[in-house]
Amino acid sequence: MEVFLQQLINGITLGSIYGLIAIGYTMVFGIIGMVNFAHGDVFMVSAFIALVAFLLLTSFLGISSIALALFLVLIVAMLFTSLVNWTIERLAYRPLRGSFRLAPLISAIGMSIFLSNFVQVTQGPRNKSIPPMVQGEFVLFTKNDYPVTLSFKQLIIWFVTAVLLACFWYLVSKTRLGRAQRACEQDQKMAALVGVDVDRTISMTFVIAAALAAVAGTMYLMYYGVVSFADGFVPGVKAFTAAVLGGIGSLPGAVVGGILIGLIETMWSAYFSIDYKDVAAFSVLAITLIFLPQGLFGRPDVEKV
Amino acid sequence: MAAADDIILRVEHLTMRFGWLVAVDDLSFTARQGDITALIGPNGAGKTTVFNCITGFYRPSEGRIALRHGDAIAWEWLEPLTNGGERSVKRPAGALYLLERMPEYLVTQQARVARTFQNIRLFPGMTVLENLLVAQHNRLMLASGYTLFGVLGFPSYAAAERAAIERAKAWLDRVDLTARADDAAGDLPYGAQRRLEIARAMCTEPVLLCLDEPAAGLNPRESAELNELLLAIRDQQRISILLIEHDMSVVMEISDHVVVLDYGVKIADGAPAAIRDNPKVIAAYLGVPDKDVANVEAEVGL
Amino acid sequence: MGGDAPGLRVDTVRALRDAGITALLAFGLFLPLVGFQTVTDVRNDLILVTRWPLLLAVVAVVGIGRLAYSLAVEPWLRQRALLPATPAPAWRVQAGKWFLPFAIGFVVAYPAIVLATAGFGRAVKWIDNFGIQVLIYVMLGWGLNIVVGLAGLLDLGYVAFYAVGAYSYALLAKTFGFSFWILLPLAGVLASFWGILLGFPVLRLRGDYLAIVTLAFGEIIRIVLINWVDLTNGYAGITGIPRPTFFGIPFNAEDDGFAAVFGLEFSPIYRTIFLYYLILALALLTAFVTVRLRRLPVGRAWEALREDEIACRSLGINTTNTKLTAFAMGAMFAGFAGSFFAARQGFISPDSFTFLESATILSIVVLGGMGSQIGVAIAAIAMIGGTEIMRELDFLKLIFGSTFDPTQYRMLLFGFAMVLIMIWRPRGLISTREPSVVLKERKIIGADLVKEGHG
Repeated sequence: MEVFLQQLINGITLGSIYGLIAIGYTMVFGIIGMVNFAHGDVFMVSAFIALVAFLLLTSFLGISSIALALFLVLIVAMLFTSLVNWTIERLAYRPLRGSFRLAPLISAIGMSIFLSNFVQVTQGPRNKSIPPMVQGEFVLFTKNDYPVTLSFKQLIIWFVTAVLLACFWYLVSKTRLGRAQRACEQDQKMAALVGVDVDRTISMTFVIAAALAAVAGTMYLMYYGVVSFADGFVPGVKAFTAAVLGGIGSLPGAVVGGILIGLIETMWSAYFSIDYKDVAAFSVLAITLIFLPQGLFGRPDVEKV
Repeated sequence: MAAADDIILRVEHLTMRFGWLVAVDDLSFTARQGDITALIGPNGAGKTTVFNCITGFYRPSEGRIALRHGDAIAWEWLEPLTNGGERSVKRPAGALYLLERMPEYLVTQQARVARTFQNIRLFPGMTVLENLLVAQHNRLMLASGYTLFGVLGFPSYAAAERAAIERAKAWLDRVDLTARADDAAGDLPYGAQRRLEIARAMCTEPVLLCLDEPAAGLNPRESAELNELLLAIRDQQRISILLIEHDMSVVMEISDHVVVLDYGVKIADGAPAAIRDNPKVIAAYLGVPDKDVANVEAEVGL
Repeated sequence: MGGDAPGLRVDTVRALRDAGITALLAFGLFLPLVGFQTVTDVRNDLILVTRWPLLLAVVAVVGIGRLAYSLAVEPWLRQRALLPATPAPAWRVQAGKWFLPFAIGFVVAYPAIVLATAGFGRAVKWIDNFGIQVLIYVMLGWGLNIVVGLAGLLDLGYVAFYAVGAYSYALLAKTFGFSFWILLPLAGVLASFWGILLGFPVLRLRGDYLAIVTLAFGEIIRIVLINWVDLTNGYAGITGIPRPTFFGIPFNAEDDGFAAVFGLEFSPIYRTIFLYYLILALALLTAFVTVRLRRLPVGRAWEALREDEIACRSLGINTTNTKLTAFAMGAMFAGFAGSFFAARQGFISPDSFTFLESATILSIVVLGGMGSQIGVAIAAIAMIGGTEIMRELDFLKLIFGSTFDPTQYRMLLFGFAMVLIMIWRPRGLISTREPSVVLKERKIIGADLVKEGHG
C-alpha cells in the first residue's frame, strides 16, 4: 500500500510532464493532421535552454532566490523554445502544407535528427547534471520503515502544471485564438474564407505547443537534475502515446493520457521490471491503437464508403 | 408480386443504426433476376446505406439479405440456412448466400455482387487497363499460383493474363474507352470515369450489379448512352441491376421495378408508372410532412 | 510585390531588411545553445562559457545567406517560372535510355575501378565503406519500397525485421554451426514470419497510426534484444559470428583458405570483394523480384491498395491478405539484408537497430520517390554515400583547425538534408509511375495522379 501510494505520487508527477508534451502533439495533429515527430526533441532543446538559463542566472548573475530563478528560467525557456518551434514550422513544415502526405512526416523526422545532433554538436555528447535546485520533502506517513514522501519538487511540478493548464485552457476555449484554432481544425479553407488568418493560427499553435513543452523541459530538468541530447526521443514517444491514449485531438485527453502513462510506467517499474518499463509504454501505445484507436476521449470514426 | 422463382435478392427487415441515428428502418424488398431495380428517395433517405449493407461494407444492425445464384436451390432453404449459422449453401448449379454474414470482399468474390460508388473510386494513378486487371484479381491470383508460378514465369499465367487483357479490351470497346486504355484513370473526363467504373465492376463477372448514382454529373447525351449500356448489360449479359438514382428520367426509362425510401423507411414499391403517381412519393420529394399528404393528394387531384 | 514588373525587379532595400530580420531571428535562435556552452570544470561542476565569436559568425552566415537568396536565387527562380516549360532535350532522353545499363555496368565493375585507382591498400575501405554500405541501404530501401512505395503502408519499424534477420543468422550460426547459405533463406523466412505476426493486428489501422504502431513494435523488439541477456548478450552484443565462405572455402590465411586454394597471396581484399558481389546479387534479386511482382496480380493489388483501399475491397480483393503479403515480402528482404549484415560485421548489437535506422531507410524511400527503384537507389547513394564521404573530409581540418572533426556533423547534415530535399521535391526524386501493363503505347503517369496510400 505504501509503495503504491509513493508510486502514485511519482507517477502523477511524471505524468504531468508527459501530459504537457502530449498537448503539443495533440494540438498540432488536430490542426494540421500531422504527427510532429520533432516535438520530443523540441522538449529536449527546451530543457537545454532551461539549463543554460539556470546556470546563467545562478552563476553569472548570482541570483540566490531559487523561486525567482526558477520563475525566470521558466519564462526564458518558454520564450526561446517558442521561437525555435515557430521557426521550425515556418521553415520545415509550412512549405509542405497541403502537399504529399508523407513529406511533412519525413521533414519532421529530419528535423528531429537535426535538433538532437545540433545539441550534441553545440553542447557535447555527455550528460549534463546540475546540483539539485529544490530540496526537501514532506513525509506524509511512515509504515514498516517505508516513508511515503511528497517532495517540494513534485509539489512545484503539480502546481506549475495545474496553473499553466488553466491558463492554456482559458486561451483555447475563451479567446479569439482558440476559436480560430477550432475553426482551422474543422476546415482550413472555410476558416480562411470567413477571415481567419490560417497561417498565423497554425504558427500560434506551434508556439503554444513549444511553450508547454518548455514548461515540461524545465520541470524535467528540475526533477531529474540531468539532461542529455538523446533525451528527446523516448519522452517524445511516451507523450505521443499519452496523446493517442487520451484520443488524439482532445486536449483534456492529452493530460489524462499523460498521467495514465506516467502511472503505468511507475507502477510497472515498481511491481514488474524496470528494464522493461519502456516496453510497457510502447505496448500501451500499440494496444490502444489496435483496440481503441479513437482513444478515451476521441470521437469514434465511422468509415466513409 | 413476383413469383418466388425469379427472385435473385431478398432484403428482409433490414435495419441499420449508427448510435441513435436510424439510417434504415425495417426495410424489406426483393429484386428479380434480370430486372433493373431502382432504389430512389430524397437526399439522406438511406439509399447508400442500404447499398453498403448489401455489399458487405456495413454489417446491418438487424435483418437478412439473401442472394441466390440460379434456381437450383429453392428459397425454402433460407430458413434452415439462417438457423444453421452458415454463410451459404452451394450446389453445382446454384447457391444461396446470406450477405449480411459475409465480409465485403467475399460478397464480390463469392456471391458475385459488384458495385460502383457515388463519388467514383477508381485507381487514379493506374492506367485504364490496369484498373480492369485489378478487377480480375482473384481469377489471376489463382492462375499465378498465388504469385509463385508468376514469379517463376510459368506459361500458364501468361495465358491467363492474355485472357484477362482480352476481357478488359472487350469491356473497353463497350464503354468506348479503347483509345484511352494506356492513360491514367485519373486523367479521364468525368463521364468516362463513370463508364470505366461500371466496366471495372463488370470485369468481376457479377450476377448482381449495384450502381450508386451512375448518371450523376452526366450530360444528357452521356446519360442516354448510359441508359443504353445498362439495358444492354441487362438484356445481353442477363445481369440483374440494382440502381440508386436521382435522375427520374433515367429511373422511369430503364427500371423494371422501383423501391422508394424516405428517412430510412420504405414508402412505396412497384412498377415505375405506379410510383410516379404515388402521392406519398410526391409528398416525400416535395418535402411535405406526412399529415399533409391528404392535402397534397387533394391538390394533385387524387 | 506591388511593382509594375513584379516578376523581375530586385528590391535591394527589401532584401536588406529581410536579411536583417533573419539575422536577428538567428541571433535569438542560436543565442542559448551556440552563444553559451555548458562544460564541466575541474571540480566536476557544470559551468557556462561564452562563444560570442562563433555566435556572431553563425548569425552573419545566416544573414548573408538570406541576402544572397533574395538578391540572386529568388530572381532566378522567378525568371525561370516565367519561361514556358521546355520538353527535355534530346540528349537527356538518350541519356535516360542508357542510364540503367550504364549504372549496372558501373556497380559490377566498381571493385575493379577502385582497385585500379585507389590501389590495393586503400581499396578495402572504399569497397567496404562505400560499396557494401551503400548497397545494404539500397537493398533495404528496395525492400521497404514494397511496403511503403507500392502498398502505401507506412512502416516506421522496418529495422525490426533487419534485426530479426541479423540475430537469426548470428544465433543459429554460432549455436548450431549452420552455414551462411542455409541461414540466409532461413533468416528471410523468419523475418517474414515476424512480419506477418506483427502485421496481423495492426494492418487495419490507417494513416499515421500504422506508422506509430510499427515504430512501437520496432522499439519493443530492440528493448527485448537489450534486456534478454541470456539469449542476445544485451548491449554487449554478439561477437565472433561466423563469416561467409566462398562455397565452403573460408577467407583466411590457412592452407585451405581462399587465397591459398586459388594460389594468391593472402589479403583481406578478397573477402571484401566477395561480400560486395554478394550484397550486389542480393540487392539485384530484390529489384528483380519486385519488378516481377509489380506485373503480377499481387503487385497490382498492392498498388491498387495504395490508390484506393475501399475500391479494392469492392472488387473482391482480400485487403488484409494483400497487406500481409506486402509486409511479409518487405520483411523477408530485410531479413536477407540482416543476415548479410551480421555475416559481414562478425559482430552485432542492439545499437545497429535503432529507430534512426528505420527513419533513414524510410527517408531513402520517400526521398527517392515512392515506388521508383532507380530513385531509391539514387537516394541511398546520395544519403549514405554522402554521409560516409563526411568521414573522409580531412582537408576541412586545414580550414577549421585541427580539433575540427567532420564526422560529428554527419547526422546533423543528414537531418538538415532530409528537410531540404523534402521542401525541394516533396514527392521525391522520381515521382512518376510506370504502368505495369501496356495495351498499345507506354505512357508515364504524372506524379500528381499517383496516390500515396492511407497507411
